[in-house]
Amino acid sequence: MSRLGVLLWRDLRAAGGLSRRLHDSVGRTAPPALPLERSEVPESSNYGIRPLYMDVQATTRLDPRVLDAMLPYLTSLYGNPHSRTHAYGWETEEAVEAARKQVADLIGADSREIVFTSGATESNNMAIKGVARFYKAKKSHVITTQIEHKCVLDSCRALESEGMDITYLPVGKNGIINLEELESAMRPETSLVSVMTVNNEIGVRQPVEEIGQMCRSRKIFFHTDAAQAVGKVPVDVNAMTVDLMSISGHKFYGPKGIGALYVRRRPRVRLEPIMSGGGQERGMRSGTLPAPLLVGLGAACELAGREMEYDHAHVSAMSERLVKGLTSRLDHVVRNGDERQTYPGCVNLSFAYVEGESLLMAMKDVALSSGSACTSASLEPSYVLRAVGADEDLAHSSIRFGIGRFTTEEEVDFTMDRCVASVNHLREMSPLYEMVKEGIDIKSIQWSQH
Amino acid sequence: MAYLQRLGVPLRRVAMQSRVFAASYHEKVIDHYENPRNVGSMNKEDSDVGTGLVGAPACGDVMKLQIRVDGDGKIVDAKFKTFGCGSAIASSSLATEWVKGKTLDDAGEIKNTTIAKELSLPPVKLHCSMLAEDAIKAALKDYKGKQDKMESTC
Repeated sequence: MSRLGVLLWRDLRAAGGLSRRLHDSVGRTAPPALPLERSEVPESSNYGIRPLYMDVQATTRLDPRVLDAMLPYLTSLYGNPHSRTHAYGWETEEAVEAARKQVADLIGADSREIVFTSGATESNNMAIKGVARFYKAKKSHVITTQIEHKCVLDSCRALESEGMDITYLPVGKNGIINLEELESAMRPETSLVSVMTVNNEIGVRQPVEEIGQMCRSRKIFFHTDAAQAVGKVPVDVNAMTVDLMSISGHKFYGPKGIGALYVRRRPRVRLEPIMSGGGQERGMRSGTLPAPLLVGLGAACELAGREMEYDHAHVSAMSERLVKGLTSRLDHVVRNGDERQTYPGCVNLSFAYVEGESLLMAMKDVALSSGSACTSASLEPSYVLRAVGADEDLAHSSIRFGIGRFTTEEEVDFTMDRCVASVNHLREMSPLYEMVKEGIDIKSIQWSQH
Repeated sequence: MAYLQRLGVPLRRVAMQSRVFAASYHEKVIDHYENPRNVGSMNKEDSDVGTGLVGAPACGDVMKLQIRVDGDGKIVDAKFKTFGCGSAIASSSLATEWVKGKTLDDAGEIKNTTIAKELSLPPVKLHCSMLAEDAIKAALKDYKGKQDKMESTC
């Protein structure tokens, strides 16, 4: 295993992140000292150079320590954790329960309240559809926001077609919901409120503690999609008075294809399962538990719990560097989402008069994401930006920068330099910028729509 | 690539590669962005200049295409500026290349399908080529309008 470990460390170094972090390891002996000059990153044969990865909201790389934890269960310990009659089952079941405890500890829950799923999408589906359907007879109203993840919105739409009533709360210009509006939307027949903790596009953090209190006092269940928050900011299900919480493994350096749903036991939350089968996970989610993925998720949780303060300080510093660097060297830059009540690792900026997809093409050496219509198959600009009230042309000009545990200062500086150069180049090519320079008010022009 | 040399930032072997990572871009689209031809502006008050401004910022696509026409009705110069995605930039850039040297009537014959084929635009980007065709037509219309006005005042 150590040989593989060495390869991983070196690969990660070359990708530019780990030199400062070698001393933190998961209770193992320190990894072997490696030469400090960077080795070559293998080039993909089809696509040329590998870009810098600045899209951590989309997914994160596996922390090598997580892979270390997973490997035995991908190689020799391959038993089904539900096999009760032999050692293969017993050893994997032990690992699964240990992982369950690690997940529970990170969010302040009890092991028995964790249900493993295939990811946050499934967790969201389970929470929303499961709870709403279970209590459908007496309560048929659900409240959510307009900036939730698509899986939440689509689950609500599915409930609507089943005859339930859904309220989609609007958000303010800073992306945060209005608590008075939420209160007035609550009715006696409301069974569930679903508000995400940290938004994946603009990074804003909703006031979940207050929402939790409001829901508890009215005996309404509170679900939060914490996929972008868990492992990055402190999350405690009791401090937040949360009844259901969705967790996604691959958002905080864990494996893809695994997630969890926290389901509170006191007061008891009942839900109708989506997956029928052998009754695993207390009947809430049938299916063989993927031991390697679970062990990975557990390891990721433990690491996150230990290193959260360090990571947060690092990410905040890098984020400030990026934002200050860009706003000081470019004008007409708008930050989407609140500046303070936000997760610093998600920076969404609109560069006026420059279209997002062309900027991404210009910055091809950095992997980023945009809210522009041209980057979506449906040609619709991001609904989150629209809900936040961004002008339509600014919605087309938005870029999301993601900063994570392994992002280095050099990567941030490179991204900044490329961004400034590309934006200036594209503004030279932009008729809108030309008009603005001439003093024409773009909003006053009659455009030929088509 | 001139880009990176201008930046002067020491990078990990990024500078030498000329191939691009984006799987869905055709090389020609990239080329129009990296080596732009005919980006710029002409004075739209000039009597021999026709300006076409099409699209809308709300749609994420705005193209400005300008042509300069000589006394024989031939387009001698063309310039463009575009707010839009890579395919939009490439479509309008290609449009300026193609109208140069053509008569007004021939320029009006340029079809969006030919532009799309030349750049191998995927179906989702076909509207960029349509906008480029609209931009050409708008520039021609503007020029003709100016000529008609001049004739009527003479």
